[in-house]
Amino acid sequence: MPRSSAARPAGRPVAPVQIRGTVLTLRRVDAYHAMTLVAPAIAAKFRPGQFITIAVGGPDTAMLGRRAFVVHDVRPDHGGTVEFVFEARGPGTRWLAGLRARDVLDTVGPLGRPFPIPRDPSKCLLLGVGYGSAPLFGLSARLRERGCSVDYLLGGESADRVFGALTARRNGRSASVTTTDGSFGARGPVTALLEQVIREARTDVIYACAPVDVLREVTAIAGRYDIPVQVSVDVPMACGTGVCMGCVLPVNGTDGITRIVRSCVDGPVFRGDLVRWDDIGTIPFDALGAPGWAAPPAGAAQPARGAQGVWGAAQDRHDRGVLRGAVPPGYTALRGDSA
Amino acid sequence: MRARLGQTELPNLVLTAAGCAGAGRELAQFTDVARIGAVISKSIMAEPRTGNPAPRLAETPSGMLNAVGLQGPGVDAFLQRDLPWLLSRGARVVVSIAGQTIREYAGLAGRLSDTAGVAAIEVNLSCANAEDAGQMFALDPQRAGSVIGAVRGSARPDIPVFAKLSPDVTDIVAVASACVAAGADGLSLINTVLGMTIDPGAMRPLLAGRYGGLSGPAIRPIAVRCVWQVRAAFPDVPIIGSGGVRAGRDALELLLAGASMIAVGTELMHDPSACSRVLKELEEELAVLGADRAADVVGQAHARAPRGLVRRA
Repeated sequence: MPRSSAARPAGRPVAPVQIRGTVLTLRRVDAYHAMTLVAPAIAAKFRPGQFITIAVGGPDTAMLGRRAFVVHDVRPDHGGTVEFVFEARGPGTRWLAGLRARDVLDTVGPLGRPFPIPRDPSKCLLLGVGYGSAPLFGLSARLRERGCSVDYLLGGESADRVFGALTARRNGRSASVTTTDGSFGARGPVTALLEQVIREARTDVIYACAPVDVLREVTAIAGRYDIPVQVSVDVPMACGTGVCMGCVLPVNGTDGITRIVRSCVDGPVFRGDLVRWDDIGTIPFDALGAPGWAAPPAGAAQPARGAQGVWGAAQDRHDRGVLRGAVPPGYTALRGDSA
Repeated sequence: MRARLGQTELPNLVLTAAGCAGAGRELAQFTDVARIGAVISKSIMAEPRTGNPAPRLAETPSGMLNAVGLQGPGVDAFLQRDLPWLLSRGARVVVSIAGQTIREYAGLAGRLSDTAGVAAIEVNLSCANAEDAGQMFALDPQRAGSVIGAVRGSARPDIPVFAKLSPDVTDIVAVASACVAAGADGLSLINTVLGMTIDPGAMRPLLAGRYGGLSGPAIRPIAVRCVWQVRAAFPDVPIIGSGGVRAGRDALELLLAGASMIAVGTELMHDPSACSRVLKELEEELAVLGADRAADVVGQAHARAPRGLVRRA
């Protein structure tokens, strides 16, 4: 189903664009909606893991926040299309679900940090919950191009809330499914099956897109097996470009210092072991700039441990830029910044 | 559409409002920062600051409620990294400063005065005063005046000082008056309006900081009223008008009330290229009115009858 764009060298991410995207199709996919926009300028630059934002409600809208959607798929037809999957659960997404082909949307993208790809061919486990699975299939195509194998572990509350199981069966080496109500696959949360899948697939690397509490547990399990993990966090955003400072998380740097970073520009993909999961929604006392914070003496901060050597050049740049403190807090990792 | 800020000539009168343009780099991905009238920075403080925990933002009808809590890199990182970057891109930079004590404000003004390229200082008075039980400086004319006096005293004389006022006061003219008397070269109004929203499901305040500042078109009538009152009292003091500007027509409304420059804030979160769009729309609005220059309409709503301008049908 997903097709990768033309192979691009692992260069630095490119700047996003603001365009008028035309709705090509809008279809139901079980409990969710999938919208395809004609957006050649975004499709040409996109890399798996990145997202777009859309202004909702029309020109005189009372909804000022843009809605952010992780991209599911890009295709070359009509000069380049972008597809995303969403659930109509608030006024903005309900408005989107009522649109028709040929409607035009103020669209910005591609935004955010894409998934880094392992340096060497690896056995990759792709874990997704609900429509959060959407970005995994583009990632899968890219990983397989690079000689990686892909195993899937997908979950949801019920059968109609497991996204992409068919595609996973088709292109994965294995595909496991769990649902909360047992209507599809094993009954229970994805995390209950995770260790078994890791052992059977001999997983080298995990990619996970799920609610924060699931990501916390996935990261803990990956830590026990000493497996590097990249997570895509689903944090509410209002602008997607870094100006509103709304989508913040405490993230440990590779220099051992915790910073309050924006998931739109520093993420949404993070190394799972660096996110301070238990401190989300708080300002940890030792975060840079927290009340009473003082710079630790040189060498005192403990660099984050973990299997850093696995990732390629993009992760190295990210580590050097945001996570090593080359960039001050709150002003981190914009495209082209880490030079 | 040119405007002046002290010694600095601005290519146009549409600015970015403090805290809504990030470090400038965020918007530069979509728009040429050199073509924005001036970039007003996030409020800079003496030290790095984490701000408030999440959730920090809530969308409300035609508004945005925020309790970001002035997250920022501190003045050192700003001067080392953000200011030079903005200047290298040809932007004019107004630096917004915030402090918890009068001394912190004065110290910041001093630091900025040692730096080339600061077009003006905007003093964010909506900060908790650590020496007054966390009461905002902007709420009290005397304390607001003390801050402005201290900033004016330590800032280089050729750098204009603008006082940014809060609308959350009974008498905004009294606060404006104290700031002007203390040496403010201009006024910037308005800052956000204190608000709150509760998550009915959780039965708790939605924002981690409980209260937040309301911005966006929801507060535009409050901005227009404040600008009008202050302009009526101080017709010669330049005003940067802000509060819910989404379109050229909204900018025109604030000009007519008495602002001579416009700052676009929350709309930048909705449309990162809003400044250039608002400017273009404002030019069209002025053309409809038959006005050659923006100055022709500034404060004109105060006149008994519009002079020399074509009335809109």
